[in-house]
Amino acid sequence: MKTVLPKNGRFGEFGGKYVPETLVPAIEELEENYLRFKNDTSFKKELDYYLKNYAGRPTPLYFAENLTRKIGGAKIYLKREDLLHGGAHKINNTLGQALLAKKMKKKRVIAETGAGQHGVATAMACSCLGIKSEVYMGYKDTIRQKLNVFRMNLLGSKVHPVKSGSQTLKDAINEAIRDWITNVETTYYLLGSAVGPHPYPMMVRDFQAVIGQEIKKQMKQIAKKMPDTVIACVGGGSNAIGTFYPMLEDNVEMIGVEAAGHGLKTDYHSATLNVGSKGVLHGMMTYLLQDKEGQIKETHSISAGLDYPGVGPEHSYLKDTRRVKYRSATDDEVIDAFLLLTQSEGIIPALESAHAIAEAIKIAKTRSKSESLVVTLSGRGDKDVEVVEEYLKKNVKNSR
Amino acid sequence: MSRIQDKFKEIYSKNEKALIGYLMTGYPNEKDTISAIHGLIKGGVDIIELGFPFSDPLADGPVIQNASTVSLNKGTKLDKFFKILKQVRHETKIPLVLMTYTNILYSHGYKKFLSKAKSLGIDGIILPDMSIEESSEYIKAARKNHIDTIFLVSPNTSKERIKKIAKAATGFLYLVSMYGTTGMQGKIQKYTIDAVKNTKKIVNGEIPVGVGFGVSSASDVKRFVSLGADAVIVGSAFLRLIENTRSNKIESRLASFTRKLKQATKS
Repeated sequence: MKTVLPKNGRFGEFGGKYVPETLVPAIEELEENYLRFKNDTSFKKELDYYLKNYAGRPTPLYFAENLTRKIGGAKIYLKREDLLHGGAHKINNTLGQALLAKKMKKKRVIAETGAGQHGVATAMACSCLGIKSEVYMGYKDTIRQKLNVFRMNLLGSKVHPVKSGSQTLKDAINEAIRDWITNVETTYYLLGSAVGPHPYPMMVRDFQAVIGQEIKKQMKQIAKKMPDTVIACVGGGSNAIGTFYPMLEDNVEMIGVEAAGHGLKTDYHSATLNVGSKGVLHGMMTYLLQDKEGQIKETHSISAGLDYPGVGPEHSYLKDTRRVKYRSATDDEVIDAFLLLTQSEGIIPALESAHAIAEAIKIAKTRSKSESLVVTLSGRGDKDVEVVEEYLKKNVKNSR
Repeated sequence: MSRIQDKFKEIYSKNEKALIGYLMTGYPNEKDTISAIHGLIKGGVDIIELGFPFSDPLADGPVIQNASTVSLNKGTKLDKFFKILKQVRHETKIPLVLMTYTNILYSHGYKKFLSKAKSLGIDGIILPDMSIEESSEYIKAARKNHIDTIFLVSPNTSKERIKKIAKAATGFLYLVSMYGTTGMQGKIQKYTIDAVKNTKKIVNGEIPVGVGFGVSSASDVKRFVSLGADAVIVGSAFLRLIENTRSNKIESRLASFTRKLKQATKS
């Protein structure tokens, strides 16, 4: 696989490694090992084996004919990452990193999780490869996603509820980093998105790039051409960078979709690239949602997986160089998209992925029938049906 | 020479080591922060390290995390920090060091922030999440404003890297005594003892070495001084004491605790 190495750990001016000194030897050791194993034939073979036989790759590229007809415009294809083991793209990264941790002879893996998808995928990969894992999760998220906490426990992972700060994903990352500082010599930190200090954004991107590589191949087989547009949702941005990266040099339009929550003009959203400003958090320089004093803001999204005040540094770079357009979808638009896909295709998307569907719905009708859109359906929505039910009940009340 | 360098010179000439005390701005409130500063000065502290709260203090343990949250919830803004700073600087010539996280400086712009901090009397800065690789712009702005850049090293920092960091550091070099966050307590480990000795040896007198993280009692202070530390940094222990002290007693209780710690640097 072709990899453009970030220069000094930076994508343009973004990225870097802003970390406590104790972690410097750890991220240097990680970079060294990653660069060695990524080109190692037996490592690649082993990872391919698990991706195919354990996770279920390749995932189908499905032509959503009913949805296309309903909207009446460009052809819409869905990259079915929701069909992977665990129900989301997260397993691509956790298998890669857990295998690396094993090669590095680390006995203990820690991870953070927001909605619980990355936590579950970490617990699965570690269980499969025989490594002990522990997961940090914001206390509020452990309540919102009780079922995922139970799943992690069943899979043999210990879940630590985090009661500091806003008790959500960003605080879970803080706490995982504190654990790593304390246990740096024995522990591998398995970060779940394309964020954090170098080499994480590069490494997570590379493990997720299988999404975009398969899309290219499958489009050639199915439609005999490259897609005109690819669309993916962006929280930290791992499924999006995995989708975009292999096609950056092709003539393909790219759109990342952030969570607009209650609207970009309110304080209740997570649209970092749409309205954020540059800053330093979690080891990286990137766009952030912060106040005038440099304090990080609390965020909101109906999908817990996008509820993060930062974004992967490569996305910040792709925004500033205008290679990728970053748009947003409100909670209301997301629910509409969720219902439309569920009813027209019988596919229940994760609320995160429904942000990308919402954008596809908006633009498909403005495009000709000969054009094709590929939407990365990053996860399935079983985990979200309760949230959707609540939302619908509330809205019926409001409209009375 | 900076105020911090002068202070180390003065301490060496008296054959003692420096006591550095850390407090969090606005914890538990503005008035008590000032009382605490007065207490530290009365007790004979050599350098004051004033924390400015950040929403995501990932190098800090529960005590300083809690102090940050309390301070931010009480509405601590930079204005307030600068106001306290101005008052303290008016009353004393003691070196004042700001400890906060990179984003607070970055989001204001290093140049703008540092020239303002200097004008109000800040002598040095500690940023626990600033690695030397990312520091060139920050160092440039700090040098221009004659503010010391105090960098940290850790027990797992390589010899080569300690040399590099010591070169970028001015004022003193901050040795993190253990693997962990601020405020952890427990027996001093062998690797910590080795780290103090090694760092002193590698630095070879070119810059003072201050030891911090988990230094909470007079006996800890004595131990690190005997191992060769040029300074010891006590933080969470002061905050714990403040938490358990009525407002009108803060100054006197912190003064008497500081006196004990300071006494331990004179062995």
